[in-house]
Parts: sequence; structure tokens; C-alpha cells
Amino acid sequence: MSNEVPLLRMENIGKEYFGNRVLADVSFTLMPGEILGLVGENGAGKSTLMNILFGMSVIAETGGHEGKIFIDDKEVHFQDPFDALAAGIGMVHQEFSLIPGFTATENILLNRESTKYNPLVEVFGDRLKTLDRVDMRKRAEKAINTLGVELSPDTLISEMPVGHKQFTEIAREIDRSKTRLLVLDEPTAVLAESEATVLISALKKLAAQGIAIIFISHRLHEIIDLCDKLIVLRDGRIIKEVKSSETDVRQIASWMVGRQVTTDVNDAVKKADREIGETILKTEHLWVDMPGETVRDVSLEIKKGEIFGLGGLAGQGKVGISNGVMGLYIAGGKVFVRGKELKLNDPDASLHEGMAFVSEDRRGVGLLLDEGIDWNITFTAMQVQNKFIKQYLGGFVKWRDDEAIKKCTENYIKSLEIRCTGPTQRAIELSGGNQQKVCLAKAFAVAPEILFVSEPTRGIDVGAKKLVLDTLRSFNEKTGTTIIMTSSELEELRAVCDRIAIINEGRVSGILPATEPAEEFGLLMLGHVGEQAAADAQTQKIA
Amino acid sequence: MDKIKKFIENAGWPRIIIALFLFVLYCAAPFVNVRVDTSISDTLVRVGMNGVLVLAMVPMVQSGCGLNFGLPLGIIAGLLGAVTSLQIGITGVAGFLIAAAIAIPIAAVLGWAYGLLLNRVKGDEMMIATYVGFSSVAIMCIAWLLLPYTSPTMIWGYGGSGLRTTISVEGFWLKILSQYLYLQIGQFFYVPLGMFVFFGLMVFLVWAFFRTKLGTAMTAVGSNPEFARASGISVDNMRTISVVISTVLGAIGILVYEQSFGFIQLYMGPFYMAFPAVAAILLGGASVNKATMVNVVVGTFLFQGILTMTPSVINSVMQTDMSEVIRIIVSNGMILYALTRKVVVKR
Repeated sequence: MSNEVPLLRMENIGKEYFGNRVLADVSFTLMPGEILGLVGENGAGKSTLMNILFGMSVIAETGGHEGKIFIDDKEVHFQDPFDALAAGIGMVHQEFSLIPGFTATENILLNRESTKYNPLVEVFGDRLKTLDRVDMRKRAEKAINTLGVELSPDTLISEMPVGHKQFTEIAREIDRSKTRLLVLDEPTAVLAESEATVLISALKKLAAQGIAIIFISHRLHEIIDLCDKLIVLRDGRIIKEVKSSETDVRQIASWMVGRQVTTDVNDAVKKADREIGETILKTEHLWVDMPGETVRDVSLEIKKGEIFGLGGLAGQGKVGISNGVMGLYIAGGKVFVRGKELKLNDPDASLHEGMAFVSEDRRGVGLLLDEGIDWNITFTAMQVQNKFIKQYLGGFVKWRDDEAIKKCTENYIKSLEIRCTGPTQRAIELSGGNQQKVCLAKAFAVAPEILFVSEPTRGIDVGAKKLVLDTLRSFNEKTGTTIIMTSSELEELRAVCDRIAIINEGRVSGILPATEPAEEFGLLMLGHVGEQAAADAQTQKIA
Repeated sequence: MDKIKKFIENAGWPRIIIALFLFVLYCAAPFVNVRVDTSISDTLVRVGMNGVLVLAMVPMVQSGCGLNFGLPLGIIAGLLGAVTSLQIGITGVAGFLIAAAIAIPIAAVLGWAYGLLLNRVKGDEMMIATYVGFSSVAIMCIAWLLLPYTSPTMIWGYGGSGLRTTISVEGFWLKILSQYLYLQIGQFFYVPLGMFVFFGLMVFLVWAFFRTKLGTAMTAVGSNPEFARASGISVDNMRTISVVISTVLGAIGILVYEQSFGFIQLYMGPFYMAFPAVAAILLGGASVNKATMVNVVVGTFLFQGILTMTPSVINSVMQTDMSEVIRIIVSNGMILYALTRKVVVKR
């Protein structure tokens, strides 16, 4: 190995944003076919480092960076992402850069389409060549097969669940024949565990073909499973560079946060005496038309005071349930709150019944990105329950009580450890974990009886994850609030919930206590119960 | 140095450049025989005249309906109020109040319909609004001729029916706001404080509105409609209310304008009224989805300052009458600049 030329070498990379140092003295090398794991808390500098490598314009616009980048031992200066692409670096971004109205094939091959000759080319040049759809489909299928996932090349991006979008994006980089270094920025954050496993084996295959991979993830067991070596970043510096075979999740986590953390949640806390009461929420044949997460027929009974989990693979409909009950997507069937039928498709009615929702779509639905933390936290409570309002002229003038808003916000900033410059900092400036805390605070401010939490830990780091889950549990203990938590991460659900329903193909495939072994849930997720039943029916028929 | 940097960042380069340019114009004025005191006085009068019209942009911007290019609709309501009050023939403050009392309900009804229309074209509001403004002006061109007004001060001398293009409000409510509390220093310097008090009151009311529960909900709708919906707010209702308020402010704005200007301009008069108001608020630092009272006041002052000063100073320098050309270049140039800036805002 030692006499080989490293594919990539970064030396003393540093970066400041407006006098705020985000990276300092980062150096590492990467050999062809090697998989490097990059871990660190949100804001540790991972994305900035990759932006520098990829020549993103945001770096140049904010004053460039320090240090040197070498590819094949030759120094390079990438002016823009095209230079990086030409040098064989492919990147899959955290945010999807796909065209919603195009099919998977068209997205995978965008600007690299297979073309056929036609006479117009003689006059107008190569740009008027006809697309060779057959060959394009073949190439797309090949790329998808390399990944080893099931994904129809003809599906429109806009109709895909997030997991499939992620696969499409990775397939695009795979198709690029020149790609020698693939950067994946949290590719598994939006994937369900089974999908992540598929992706990881696909990446191993790619690495075996000599493609180097930089893999950024918050899921540490994936990093250990996949990567040859890993780098831990904290506050813009490399804290540790180790071979992944020589470490474990616990150790990495403690390097990341700079303190000892327990990754698995303590069961003792969960077993504390809590009162589980009568049925508070009941759904009967609920269906929800949510794109990519269709709910077909769900009947559930949730007891007062419990933490109820909704699990299942991505795209199977678990996310749709909470969105449907809260009136955000068209829904049908019946929902009863405390035995009273709820008016569906009316968010206001749901909120007035004492339900609150922390959306999985943090940036789209969960936050007012351009407003301050204070507005984000107090807005729903103000509008629905007239909190933080001073009334004048016999209630005719409902004046916003900024004093109370500020006080409430400061309380939540303190109790949830939201890292910010103050109550009026805009939500868009916060890191993912802190944004999620704001979303939780928004729901808490309503003092709900039933709290829906959807994917509360998606895209946030280990430290924040634990805090979020602990917060949810202590909120449940203190106030007796019923919590219905949707998550793609089974371990998370098992750690927090009392009972977990697994949703498969828009239906409940089973409800188990959280104490059941993981395999049981795994079987439910894969729909084995349904198959079993079908098989039974078959045998009965024959008999 | 840091303080200066911070100030520039807060104020934004465009405003600083325009303010400096305006300052240079004021400095240059005496050298080309344009009196500075008259110029400042002119600027201030224009600020008072146009202020409420600029303010009429704010509610729609805040609720996410974009800039109110349909301002002529509100203006038409104001004009209907004005000519009706002249027809009734009551003079003085009472006349002005009657004009407003007639204009406001008309504006509310028109605004409500306009709001329903805009709710059907989410994403393209500004384009549609422009056409609403233009076509309403065209329809009213017919209406001004046919409406049964009979007051001899307003109708065509020949034929004896149909309203004239320009109607004087002298003898009815000319300078009804401006005449109170005005400040006259020397022969040339005159500041209509009464009009400013009225403008200030309007600014205060809008500011106060956006501090109420309803106003807060409206701002949230403009900021993120999905978030507002998830908080149980009817996005369409909020948008409609904002359009109604914008239209009513447009109606009041034109009455303030007329009482100072001295004439009611019908027919094509309202046609281009939206553009200076749009240019002013954008110049004041508002974006397509955020506007504050400071944006309104600063923008109106800078825009009207440039509009007053460029023609007079540059005409004197060039010795020809270029005022109209320069006005068009300045006001449309600013809209162009501001709408291209929209891209940056969206990022």
C-alpha cells in the first residue's frame, strides 16, 4: 500500500466563515478503493470540508479556504463543481438535487444521455441528437442493479419515497464512468435500516472496483461496518483517525461529543411507574393519501399516557398516519379522540382536540425558517389557544405579548439546551439538531394531550439524538402526555416506546410490546406475517 | 470601522448608494440655481402624498401575496369615493371623511373579490395582480363616462354627461390634511405636518395590526404557508384579508394624494400608480415577502427624493426638459433592479 500514490490528499485545510472558524488544520489521505468514514456532530465541519473538496461556490464567495488539495499527488484548485466532476469526484448531497418531474432514468443520466444520430445534427450540431431511450434505460438499470435495490427506472421522482430518491441520486454518481471518488453526505439518514443495509453492501461492491468512498453518517454502526478507516471531527479539528476494526460505537461517540455517552437508552428509566389509562385515540379504517407514504387501512387503539411507536420500512405508510390524523393530508375513515369522532382534514380541529404534531418535514412544515426561534415556538400555542395574547377593548384587539413570548422562549432554550445567539435568532441559522429542539418546544408549548412526533432524530447527531429522546420521555412522565412516535430507526423506538406497531403496505402488520426481540419486528417489517397468513389460507383452501 | 460595517450590512448597499446620490444632488442643487430649501420641501410634500400608497404594499407582501401591482383597484375605489363626495357637494373635513366613508366599503368589496382571485393563482400573484390593475382601469374608463354624475364641476362641458379626465378639488377639500399644522419657514420652505400626522397614524395602525394575533398569523402565512396550515390557520382567509387591507389602504392613499395634489385624475390616471409605490418599498429594503414600516418610510423618502431632485438638477445641467424621461428611467429601473434582487432573496 505504502508505495501506491494516494488518490486524494488534503493538507492543512482550514476555513473561516465571517470570522467564525469552522475548520482548522485538517489533513488526511485516501487510497483508491478505500472507504473513509467521516463522523462528527452537526456543525463539526464535515459538510464544509466536503464543500471545499467539491469546489462549491459558497466557499469561494466567503473568502476561500486554507491548505492544499492533491489528487494523484498533483495539486488541484477546483473553481466550481464541474472541475471536481471532471477530476472524477462524485458527490451525493444531503439535499436532493433531482428534477421532480423527470423519471429515475432521466435523472440518473441527466446531461450524459445516450444519443442517436439524426440528420438535424448536420445542421445544428451534436446538441440535437435524439435520445436513445432503450440504451438509457439499460444504463439506468445497470446502475440501479449495481446498488442492488428495487427501483423502477420509469418512476417519476416526485412520486418516490425519500429512500428511493436517495438511491436515484447515488445511481447517478455510479453511472458516471469516470468517478473515482464518491462522497456520500449522510446517504442513510433518510433510509430505513433494511435499505441502508442494501446501500452499504452496494458501496462495498463499488469499493472493490477501486472507487474510493468518503462516507458521512450519523449511524455509527454503519460506519464501522462499511469503512476501512474513520476520521472523527469535532469543532473543525480532527480528533481521531483510526482503523474502524480497532474501535467501537461507544468509543467513536465519546470522541465525537467529547464526553462519555451511552448510546443505548437506559431501560431503568422506562420502567418507572406511569399510569396507562383508557383508550384516548382510536382509528378505524383510516386511509391517508400522502404521496410516497400512502396509508390504506389502519385501525389502532392508543391508550392514555403511553408512548406508542409506529415503525416500518420507508414508503410503507407509517409517516402518513400522523399526518392524516393532524389533517395535513387528505384522509378518510374514522378517528375518535376520547370517544368523540374527530373532524378529519381540518388541522384546526385536530389542534383544538389537544393534539400536537412534530413533523418529519422539519424545514417544509415544521419551521418558519425566516422567523426567530421565539415565533417558531409560540406561534401554534398563540393561534390555537390564545396564549401569549393580551386582550384589549373587551377582546376586540388581541395584542401579541412579546414579553411573555420572550420569557417562554428563553425557558425552552435553557431546558432543551438549544444552541443559539438568543430568542430572536432565525430558525434557518440553527443546526439540524437545534431546529428539531425548536420543533419539540413548539409542540410542548401547546401542552398537548396527544403528541405526534415524526422522525424526531432524522439527520441529527448522537448527542442531540439522546437529548431529544430523553426530552420526549421525561415530557411523557411529567405530564402524562400520550406520545405517538414515528421512526425509521427500530432501536430508537424500542428504547422509548411501550408498544410498537409495524406498518407495512399501508396496513398494520402487527403490534408488539417494545420488549420483544428485534427479529420479531424485523419479520413484521418485511411483511412475513401477511405472507404467512396468505400461505395458511392457501393451505386451507387446498385442504 | 466595525460599526460602519454593521451599519452598511443592516442598511444594505443599494440604500446607501441611493442616499449618497441623493445627498450629492442636494449638494449640487445650489450650483445649478435650484434652491435647496424648495427641493427639500418638495420632497417632503411628496413623501406625505405617496406614503399611504406605499404602505398599501405591506399587508400583501407580509401574507405572501407578493407586491400589490393591483393597486389601481384600490385607487379606483378611492376615486369613486372622491367623485361621489364632490357630487354630494359637502366641503371641508366632512367632505373628505364622506369620500373616505364611501371609498372604504367599495375597496373592501373589490379587495375581497381580488383576494379570491389571487388565491386561485398562488405563485403567480404579481403577474395576475398587474393585469387586474390594468384591466380594472380599462373597465373604469367606460364607467367614468356612463356613471350618472351630474355636478357641473366634474362633467364634460359639451354633451353634459360623463366625467372629465381631471377634476379639481378646490373649494371642496383641497389640502384638507395639509393645511393643519403646517410649517412655513421663509418664502420657500413649507412642510405639511398635518399630512404627516395622518401618514404617521396610518403607519401606526398597520404596525399595530401586525402585532395582533391576526397580523402574526398573516406574517406566518407569508413566511411558510405549510407551517401556518399545520398550526390550524386558514391560509386562504389570511391572504384574502391581507388583500382587502391593501386595497383599502390604496383607496385612502389616493384620497391623501388628491387633497394635496389638488386634482382627481380619472381614466388612465391610476394606470401607472402601482409602479412608483412598488419601486419605493423595494428601494426601502423590502423583499417580495417581507416588508417593515421602516422600509416604507425610508423607501418613500429616497424614491421621492430622487424623483424630485434628478429632473430639476439634471434639467438645469443639460438645459433641456428631460424630467419625464428621467422619471420613467428611475422608477422602472428601480423596479427592474428590485425584481432581479428577488432571486437573491429566495435563496
